[in-house]
Amino acid sequence: MRNVTIDVKHVTRIEGHGNIRVRVRDAEITSLQLAIVESPRFFESFLRGRRWDEAPHITCRICGICSVGHTTASVKAVEAACGIDVTDQTVLLRKLMLFGEHIQSHVLHLYFLAVPDFFGVGSVIPLAKSHPEVVKRALRMKKLANDVCGVVGGRHIHPIAMHVGGFSHVPPPEALIDLKRRLETARADVAETVSLFSTLQVPVLHRETEYVALSDLPDKASKHEDTGARREYALYDGRIVSTMDDESNGAGIDPQDYRQRVIESVVEHSSAKHCRSPNAPSYAVGALARFNNNHVQLHPAAQKAAADLGLAAPCNNPFHNNTAQLVETVHCMESAIELIDLILARGLHAEPPVQPTKFGRGVGAAEVPRGLLFHEYTIGDDGHITDVNLIIPTGQNLANIEADLRALVPKLLDAGLGKEEMTLKLEMLVRAYDPCISCATHFLDVSWE
Amino acid sequence: MNTQHRDNSEPRASTCANTTAKPRIAIFSLTGCEGCSLAILELEDQLLDLLGHVDIVNFREGMTEREWDIDIGFVDGAVSTPEDEKEIRHLREHCKTLVAIGACACLGGINTLKNHQTPEDYRRYVYGERFAWFPTTDARPISAVVKVDYELPGCPMNKFEFLRFVQCALAGRAFRLPDYAVCVECKKLGNVCLYEKGIVCLGPMIRAGCDAICPTFGSKCEGCRGVLSDEALRAARINMQEQYDVPIDEVLRDLRLYGAYQKAELP
Repeated sequence: MRNVTIDVKHVTRIEGHGNIRVRVRDAEITSLQLAIVESPRFFESFLRGRRWDEAPHITCRICGICSVGHTTASVKAVEAACGIDVTDQTVLLRKLMLFGEHIQSHVLHLYFLAVPDFFGVGSVIPLAKSHPEVVKRALRMKKLANDVCGVVGGRHIHPIAMHVGGFSHVPPPEALIDLKRRLETARADVAETVSLFSTLQVPVLHRETEYVALSDLPDKASKHEDTGARREYALYDGRIVSTMDDESNGAGIDPQDYRQRVIESVVEHSSAKHCRSPNAPSYAVGALARFNNNHVQLHPAAQKAAADLGLAAPCNNPFHNNTAQLVETVHCMESAIELIDLILARGLHAEPPVQPTKFGRGVGAAEVPRGLLFHEYTIGDDGHITDVNLIIPTGQNLANIEADLRALVPKLLDAGLGKEEMTLKLEMLVRAYDPCISCATHFLDVSWE
Repeated sequence: MNTQHRDNSEPRASTCANTTAKPRIAIFSLTGCEGCSLAILELEDQLLDLLGHVDIVNFREGMTEREWDIDIGFVDGAVSTPEDEKEIRHLREHCKTLVAIGACACLGGINTLKNHQTPEDYRRYVYGERFAWFPTTDARPISAVVKVDYELPGCPMNKFEFLRFVQCALAGRAFRLPDYAVCVECKKLGNVCLYEKGIVCLGPMIRAGCDAICPTFGSKCEGCRGVLSDEALRAARINMQEQYDVPIDEVLRDLRLYGAYQKAELP
């Protein structure tokens, strides 16, 4: 097949509206786009003029799936801008919320959005009949993860109690004890999930690219002042590192200087801006990027799951982002159990929110399910926001997804696949990144090329 | 409630007059975060039961199949682009019953914050010189463009209210939103009033149905379910000024957050 035109309007089983357009003439790709046709949202615009403490509850509305992640980056950005140091209790509760969100988002993606492809069905609905145990397990795991967010933050979608300076509500210890018991029980479900995924045939595509993530690794962050706190697989905090880092920048970059690392541009076929790095024309963020940079810090149970699933760093097969999500699910479940123990041992106390000591510019970075997220705000002397920049994981991945699609098409042509099979594989590749398009369609600060 | 199963491939009455047919449900998204669609998937304990009583025939976020013979269409997101406007007219044609879910669909939601700036300003700020590539309009509730049969407000919508709506639809019962304010639910739960802690809360003027979840978790009501009525607004204003000396500008600002004022007359 020397000529083929693929035009997938609204790729299904992803968050938001995206189209794949591929045109091949005489076995050459003449055009290839992942078009983002989601409505532009303008969050950066309408945050201007709102008060400093309103930013988290506004920006969490960027996305229903990762609203805890947006809230996390947002509170951190406001706190950096306002000179607020939150208490240890606040940090621990936020980390627990983030574990909950990673588990819920990964489980949703793996079981509801990705798995149907491997079973050859269009959605999870037929599986409810043919494989009820699989669907029930998925629902149990997802509910547990939602409940982690609900107990701590009030609810998972658009959390309530998470504010700049602290929490407006602290969970009762009984509720945390109950969560811990359920997390321990869920180990059986996690083990079943690992064994299910170890039987699925992951498509193969190897392409060298750069993987960027936050990291709390001692060797990567040697200049980082050692606070004596235990180093961990970075989700809530860390320095920006990359698989292309060499000796000269081995300490990573402070997230406050993220603009050295992320170069944005506007392209006509996407209401989400594209990003590149100083090292490469495209780069990847997300579960596989975190795994490639920080795998040695995964919980031992997660390391074992990685081995069982055949995932080893460095891995440059984007389809294995799904596998890395599952490995992280194991990590987050086990880490949440340990964290609840720590929180209970310290005891929980209602704390008044810590108040601003100044107003200025601040960046908040966090690893959210789909990758590295930045919020940057400038707050004027009257406490109102004057400038905003948001860098979304999916936006950072778009150029990399297109590069992967470009690498995959010739392989599919060589393998003699028909148009329908080709389309399925291309959609699977897009889905493997678990793109979140609502999130991605509102970036600021254009760099003209 | 009908529990009789019917094969998907069988032809069915286009009017759904056949009472043995399961209602054909679809879920769509306009401009928004898709959190209300997601909230349906967060009905983990009820989802399998629900699937026994309805056929989901079109849900881009969750399935590949897309059919257009739809009994009840649920739509989240606001009308915020020329494309959204076309889309919602198209959906209205294909859905016998159209239900707006969430603050964006019912009120315009958080998107309406841009309506307070000039289009050129908010577009240029995000996309620079190339702003014209990405057309946009004022954010509006769905009801501003087409007839909406029911509204399930909230940011996100309350998934249990959604469930109650579906139960009513299956049983042929009338569905109504609570016609009292968030304060009623909050008092029932025994929460200490946030006004007593010096926090300005929109609870007195906003429609209940959320179980007062925000005040229960220590946060003020932000008005995501919309103003209950002009009477509630006037009464709350008197109460706020006489009893608590609340700066009314602050209240108006808060009422703008989710477009709660959309269907009310501001003082």
